[in-house]
Amino acid sequence: MPTPLELAVRLQEAFPGLVSAPTEFRGEATLKVADADRIAEVCAHAKKALGFDMLLDLSSVDNYGADPRWTVVYELYGIGHGAHLRLKTDVGEEKSELPTVSTVWRTADWHEREAYDMMGIRFAGHPDLRRILMWEGYPYFPLRKDFPLAGKPTELPDTAFTRTAPLEGGPFVTVAGGKDSMAREPRARTPE
Amino acid sequence: MSANADASAPNVTELGYNSKVEGEVVHTTVDAALNWFRKNSLWPMPMGLACCGIELMAVGASRFDISRFGSEVMRFSPRQSDVMIVAGTVTYKMALAVRRIYEQMAEPKWVIAMGACASTGGMYRSYAVLQGVDNILPVDVYVAGCPPRPEALLDALIKLQGLVAKERTIWNLKRDVAPAKYGSLGIELGEKGEVVHP
Repeated sequence: MPTPLELAVRLQEAFPGLVSAPTEFRGEATLKVADADRIAEVCAHAKKALGFDMLLDLSSVDNYGADPRWTVVYELYGIGHGAHLRLKTDVGEEKSELPTVSTVWRTADWHEREAYDMMGIRFAGHPDLRRILMWEGYPYFPLRKDFPLAGKPTELPDTAFTRTAPLEGGPFVTVAGGKDSMAREPRARTPE
Repeated sequence: MSANADASAPNVTELGYNSKVEGEVVHTTVDAALNWFRKNSLWPMPMGLACCGIELMAVGASRFDISRFGSEVMRFSPRQSDVMIVAGTVTYKMALAVRRIYEQMAEPKWVIAMGACASTGGMYRSYAVLQGVDNILPVDVYVAGCPPRPEALLDALIKLQGLVAKERTIWNLKRDVAPAKYGSLGIELGEKGEVVHP
């Protein structure tokens, strides 16, 4: 049985210069793919040659204030060898687009729709890139760091509307080290 | 036992109401009679939207048994329902649909907001969640809890029965029932009866 690190090294050797050397943390191997436009190629190789036949998750990170702004994370798993592998790739804000991997794993279809819905990252070649949680016509991408937690008012007569939620100084918050539960879990806390 | 035992025996106690006493005539008011019929056959519209829906199912099942109060007939058609039990988180995506189903229910109709989310938005101080279903519907009874115990919902039902029993039914019948505006968000009915939020 190959270890995750061995499989990661084999994937790196198949794409020299494109895939970084694996980093290991608590037995989990992570690879960075330098060019987001070739992510589908790397994923197809990982599935066909290395036995990663399952995409456990596809998620996105908003590195607000940094460039490139988006990081897309792929969690791979092989049922045959039981090893996990994490692929990361960066996408710039002005482009906000990378190729779909739904051609490699069909499960990526809804994961990519969720990433599009929440973060506004588009996946080129996706068979049906619509919003999946919010409704068609909702104008914002709510998981972005510059989207307020309370939301923004929107209006789409006949479909849905939204209002700003009353946060009263903050969401449900905890403060470490308080002497009782009233101090540790205040109703609200104004951000410093 | 002798033939006239039930008339003369001093140790026979009558249990319950003997309708023969009044010659099979019961005196009451039309309001009281109608309200009595209504409050003991409140058919719910189960609006199960989240985990409260699971507790709602428990209320219907044998351990808690909502049929003891005449409300076991969960109607999945709003046309046949009397009380909408909003059980769970009402998202903005669902809000107009909830209101639409409410509008499809025939008068008279009541609403129970079950649980913290349906009552106030609960823990979801969020861009996606309506902060209390009373923003779009007239709620009669609120149930606290996250989710409430089945007994709490039964208590709400009994409280609602108390409200129904006090209604001025005949007076309300004469009233012209126009589509009302509920809550703070000004949702209206369109020309074809569709629910719109202008």
